[in-house]
Amino acid sequence: MSSKQEKIGEIIAEHIHREGPLLPILNDIQAELGCVDAETEAQIAEALNLTRADVHGVVSFYHDYKSEADPRPVVQICRAEACKARGVEKLIGDANAAAGERVKIQTVYCLGLCSAGPAARTGDDLHIRLDSQSVTKLIENA
Amino acid sequence: MTIIKISDDALARAAGADALAAAFEKKGHEVHRTSSWGMQWLEPLVEVDGKGFGPATLDDVDAILDGSSDKAIGIIEEHPWISSQTRLTFARAGKTRPLSLEDYEASGGWSGLKRARTLGGEAICKEVLDSGLRGRGGAGFPTGIKWETVRKAAGPQKYIVCNADEGDSGTFADRMAMEGDPFALIEGMAIAGEAVGASQGYIYLRSEYPDAHRKLNAALKLCEDIIAPFKCEVRLGAGAYVCGEETSLLNSLEGKRGEVRAKPPLPALEGFLGKPTVVNNVLSLAAVPHILQEGGAAAYAERGMDRSKGTMPIQLAGNIKYGGLYEVPFGITLGELVNEIGGGTATGRPVKAVQVGGPLGAYIHPDQFDIPFDYEAFTAADALIGHAGVTVFDDTADMGAMAHFAMEFCAEESCGKCTPCRIGAVRGQEIIERIRKGGRQRDTLELAPQMHNTKKDEGRSAGEEIGLLTDLCETMKFGSLCALGGFTPYPVMSALKHWPEDFVSNPEVVEQALDAAE
Repeated sequence: MSSKQEKIGEIIAEHIHREGPLLPILNDIQAELGCVDAETEAQIAEALNLTRADVHGVVSFYHDYKSEADPRPVVQICRAEACKARGVEKLIGDANAAAGERVKIQTVYCLGLCSAGPAARTGDDLHIRLDSQSVTKLIENA
Repeated sequence: MTIIKISDDALARAAGADALAAAFEKKGHEVHRTSSWGMQWLEPLVEVDGKGFGPATLDDVDAILDGSSDKAIGIIEEHPWISSQTRLTFARAGKTRPLSLEDYEASGGWSGLKRARTLGGEAICKEVLDSGLRGRGGAGFPTGIKWETVRKAAGPQKYIVCNADEGDSGTFADRMAMEGDPFALIEGMAIAGEAVGASQGYIYLRSEYPDAHRKLNAALKLCEDIIAPFKCEVRLGAGAYVCGEETSLLNSLEGKRGEVRAKPPLPALEGFLGKPTVVNNVLSLAAVPHILQEGGAAAYAERGMDRSKGTMPIQLAGNIKYGGLYEVPFGITLGELVNEIGGGTATGRPVKAVQVGGPLGAYIHPDQFDIPFDYEAFTAADALIGHAGVTVFDDTADMGAMAHFAMEFCAEESCGKCTPCRIGAVRGQEIIERIRKGGRQRDTLELAPQMHNTKKDEGRSAGEEIGLLTDLCETMKFGSLCALGGFTPYPVMSALKHWPEDFVSNPEVVEQALDAAE
C-alpha cells in the first residue's frame, strides 16, 4: 500500500462512522492532497460500498473538488454582484497580468465581505477594499 | 491599563484588526476581541471606554491612546447608526467576546433554553408561532408551523439542520451571527431540538467562511455539556451555491450530489436520511433564544408590520457609503435604508439600482424607494426580500451586463436536475447577448439555397428577441424545481423593464415588446 493510499485510508476511517460521511471525507482529502483523482474515488467507493460512478458524480458536482492537483498558489477573487458594484471587474485585467502563469486566479461568488469589496481570499486569509495596486501586491506575494 | 475592544470578525480581520490588536497589547493594554458592531466602513474599529475610533491603522495607535485621534466617532452606542436600530438577534454585537461563555451567560445566554426545557414541545412551538417569526432564509415560512409539523411527525429520530450556506452576494448576517455570537445559534438549535424531540443537530456551513468554521467548532466544544443531551456538529459544504436550497442541502449533507429534491415530501416529514427534519436559516434559529425568554414572544410580535413580525437584520452592501449590519423592525422603506442610513453610494455618484435579496432578487429603481421592507409588499412589487441583502449600484453600472450575469450565474450554479434552469439559463445568456447586438440575422448556412427548410427573412429583431426572453423567463419562473431557476427571471426582467437603454439603443422597442408579451 502506498503512502497516499494509507493517508486516504486514515481519512476514511476517521469519518466513516458519521451520518453522511462522503463530504467530510472528500473535504479532508482535497485539503490534504490538493485533488480527488480517479484512483482515490475508487478507494472511497470500495470503503463506503458505493459505486465509483456514485463517488465520481459527487466529486464532479462540487466546485471545491479538483481532479488534478495544481501546485500553483491560488488567489480567489469574488466577482459576485456586490463586488461588481464596487468595481471588481476593472481589477481583473491587472490581476491576470500580475498572476501570469505562476499564480492561479479563481473566481468565487461571495466571501461575505460585501460592503467592503472587492474582496479576495488566499488560504484562510481574507482581503478587502482591493484596488489595482493592492490586488497586484497580493498576487505577487501569493 | 485600559481595556481595548477590537472585533475579531472576518471583515475586521481582513481590514487589519489582528495587527492593530497586537500593537495595543505591545503597549501593555488588555485587548478584548469582541464581535463586530456591524459598522463595516469603520472597521477596524477600536473601542476605548465606550468610545470608538475607526477605521484605525497602526499609525493611529498612539493618538487613540492619548485621545487626540481624528478618527474618533464618539460613544459607539450613541452613534445614530447604532442607536436607531432595534437589535434583538444581534443584541450582543460589538459587546461580547464570541467564545466567552462568561460573557454569554452574563448577557442572558441560555435563559431561553432553560425556560424551554420547562415548557415542553407543544408550548415552545406555540410561542415561536405567536412571535410571528418567519424563516429568515428567504422564503418567509412561519417557523412555528414548521416546528409543529416536525413535532407531530412520527419517528424516534429527528434532526435539526441549520442552513448556514449563505451564498447570496450582498448578505453576511449569517456569517456575523456565527462569528460574533455562535452560542446564540447553538442555543436556538438546542431549543428547536427540545421543541420537536430531536437529539442531533447539523450546521451546514459554506466552505467560503473559514472564520465561522473555526469559531463554531470551538463554541460547540465549549458548550457541549450545557446543550446535552442535544448534540450538534458542523458540516462543511464544497462550494455549491445551490446547496443553500434546503432539499439540495439535505442531499449534500447525506453525501450526495447537491441536487434539488421535488417537494412533497416536505423535509419536515422526510428530510435528512428520510427522517423528520427542521431546516432553518441561521438568523431564524439565532432569533429563537430571545423569543423563548419570559415575554419574549410578545415583545417580538409587537414589532414589525402586518404579517412581517419582529426585526430583520438587513445587510447594506455593494457601492454604499455606510455599509454594514442594520437590524430594524420590518416596515422601514428602501429609500430610508439606502439614502439616509446608508448615505448613498460610496463613490458619491447617484444611485442607479438596488438589488434586494441576493443574486435572485429584483433590481429596484430609485423610483420605487417608497416600498416598505415587508414580505408581502415586496412580493406585490415583483421583488423579494430574500435574506435581506441590499446591494447598491451607482450610475456607472451596466444593467444589461448585470442581467446577463444573472443568467450566467444561474447556469454556473444550476444543479442540473430540472430543464428550465439547466438549459434556460444558457439560452437566456444567448438571448440577452443577441438583444444587446440588436437582434439576430440569418447566418450564411441558413441563407444557402441548399437549405430548403430555413427561413430566408431578415432574422429576428431585438423586439422579437425580447419576446423570446419574456417567454423563457415565464418558463423558468413556473417550471423550475427551486428558487435558483425560478427566481433568476427577477433580476433579468426587472433590469430590462427599468433600464431598457442598457439593452437596446431605442428603449421604446423594449416597452413595445413587453406590452406585446403581456
